[in-house]
Amino acid sequence: MAVELEFEKPINNLRKKIEELKELTKDSDVDLTLEVQRLEERLKNLEDEVYKNLRPWDRVQIARHANRPTTLDYVSLLIDDFFELHGDRTFGDDEAIVGGIGFYRGIPVTVIGHQKGKDTKENIRRNFGMPHPEGYRKALRLMYQAEKFNRPIICFIDTKGAYPGKAAEERGQSEAIARNLFEMAGLTVPIICIVIGEGGSGGALALGVGNHIFMLENSTYSVISPEGAASILWKDASLAKKAAESMKITAQDLYQLGIIDGIIPEVKGGAHKDVELQAQLIDQQLAQSLQELLYLSKDELVEHRYEKYSKIGSFSFLNV
Amino acid sequence: MQLKNLFSKSKKKYATIPVETAKKDIPEGIMTKCPDCKKIMFTNELDKNLKICLHCGYHFQMNAFERLESLLDDMATFEELDRDLSSGNPLKFPGYEEKLKADQQKTKLSEAIVTGIGSINGHQLVIAVMDSNFRMGSMGSVVGEKIKNAIEKADELSIPFLIFTASGGARMQEGVISLMQMAKTSAALKKFSDHGGLTIIVMTHPTTGGVSASFASLGDFNFAEPGALIGFAGRRIIEQTIREKLPDDFQTAEFLLKHGQLDAVIHRKELKEKLGTILKLHSGGEKAWQLN
Repeated sequence: MAVELEFEKPINNLRKKIEELKELTKDSDVDLTLEVQRLEERLKNLEDEVYKNLRPWDRVQIARHANRPTTLDYVSLLIDDFFELHGDRTFGDDEAIVGGIGFYRGIPVTVIGHQKGKDTKENIRRNFGMPHPEGYRKALRLMYQAEKFNRPIICFIDTKGAYPGKAAEERGQSEAIARNLFEMAGLTVPIICIVIGEGGSGGALALGVGNHIFMLENSTYSVISPEGAASILWKDASLAKKAAESMKITAQDLYQLGIIDGIIPEVKGGAHKDVELQAQLIDQQLAQSLQELLYLSKDELVEHRYEKYSKIGSFSFLNV
Repeated sequence: MQLKNLFSKSKKKYATIPVETAKKDIPEGIMTKCPDCKKIMFTNELDKNLKICLHCGYHFQMNAFERLESLLDDMATFEELDRDLSSGNPLKFPGYEEKLKADQQKTKLSEAIVTGIGSINGHQLVIAVMDSNFRMGSMGSVVGEKIKNAIEKADELSIPFLIFTASGGARMQEGVISLMQMAKTSAALKKFSDHGGLTIIVMTHPTTGGVSASFASLGDFNFAEPGALIGFAGRRIIEQTIREKLPDDFQTAEFLLKHGQLDAVIHRKELKEKLGTILKLHSGGEKAWQLN
């Protein structure tokens, strides 16, 4: 593995030591099996301890991990006969967002998600998963199509945010995001959103107005990146770690705040350790969620979504 | 002799005329040359390969019945619609009737489109295929009427509508009546769509002008074959208007995909399978929701 995360260092050190010991027993007469067993036990305990007590900043690192499974990884494991559809029919095809149709457990569905690249070349093509307006407009086009043919919509959210660029502003980044929020509120099919990595601000929310919102255990969802918050609040992006701690951006925080409907557990150490197992964990939640929503009528679905968002907010009244 | 003449290219004082007899070494039609890679191959091998160049993958144009045979499950069950509909000469355009007659003899078609009911991978649908060998696939009254009728048939039977477009655009000889076919076909598609109908478009080489600016762009799914020329205004007209040289891939299917106009570019060999997938995904009807 190319990337070592800061908090995983003790685990990796111990693992290395065990490997060394094993090598040693191979070449010498000394029997260290017991010792190795003891150490392996300790490794397991250490892993449990570390992964159970992840700090928000640790989770940010996992959510941004270079090997973190992407939308298309899950699509290939969860969706049969997936057919990718391109273009906003207006300006371009933004590869930072992918979309298409396929069967989920035998039901036709529309799947839309942010798409990060696996290597530098793909990341450049996909603009590191940061969409332009045409990406959101492609997503909206596919959502209208889903509504016409009465297909549930599944959205995978994984972006640092909408791309802050000149061309994006010229083509109406704000309008594109706003339009999606507006139209998603009124769609008459079930919408299920799952944050699988980074949920970066409006760029994430533009695919995120759903009947049910879930987050993977180590994903984040926030109004701005910790770096961005640090530079706005304290004029110093290097204080990102501190910002991450106070911004309430983890799945656990959002669940407590009542923003999301559930947390999808992750494979120990993060989704990238076992993509297939992770897909199964998502599958369980998705099936349950869809089953619930399939009972609702078109009007009820819209009302359900409306109620969900109208309840969010925190205020008190002044005693005048 | 003047000095300036020394540098100018000397004009040929004669013209070459190909010798008629020398050309006949190979009987006509046995070999075909690929316009893209310039390689020569046997025509029957090319036909067997769905008219795709054996060397570079260039997609040759297919005529209407070649297309139907390549896609439909069984040609015997194909039920053609409006087979006998043929054009009049509404504007009394000089020479139009002769041209129509000549093309009817050449192509054995009554007009530039064939419509009918058939099935792909077991999914029944209304299919329409334009044929550019007939008046460049241009859209006159008959093409418009047959498309409208085909869409209405799909609506009546609640089955999908699939059309392969190949057209130079409006039919000049029918003037403004031709132009109005754009509105007529689009209106039919709108009605069909409002009833929940599924429309699939496959644009083939070439799809331009009034056809691209009406029904050809209005599918729930807009696909195209690789390399197909698709656009509204002709390249020469655009170049003359903006006084700029256009890029080589301008108005190709790939260019359109990049610019957001197409859902996908589909290779001819994958066409039947992929259309089958789309049809399967829409075969459940309303609320076909039962999780496995």
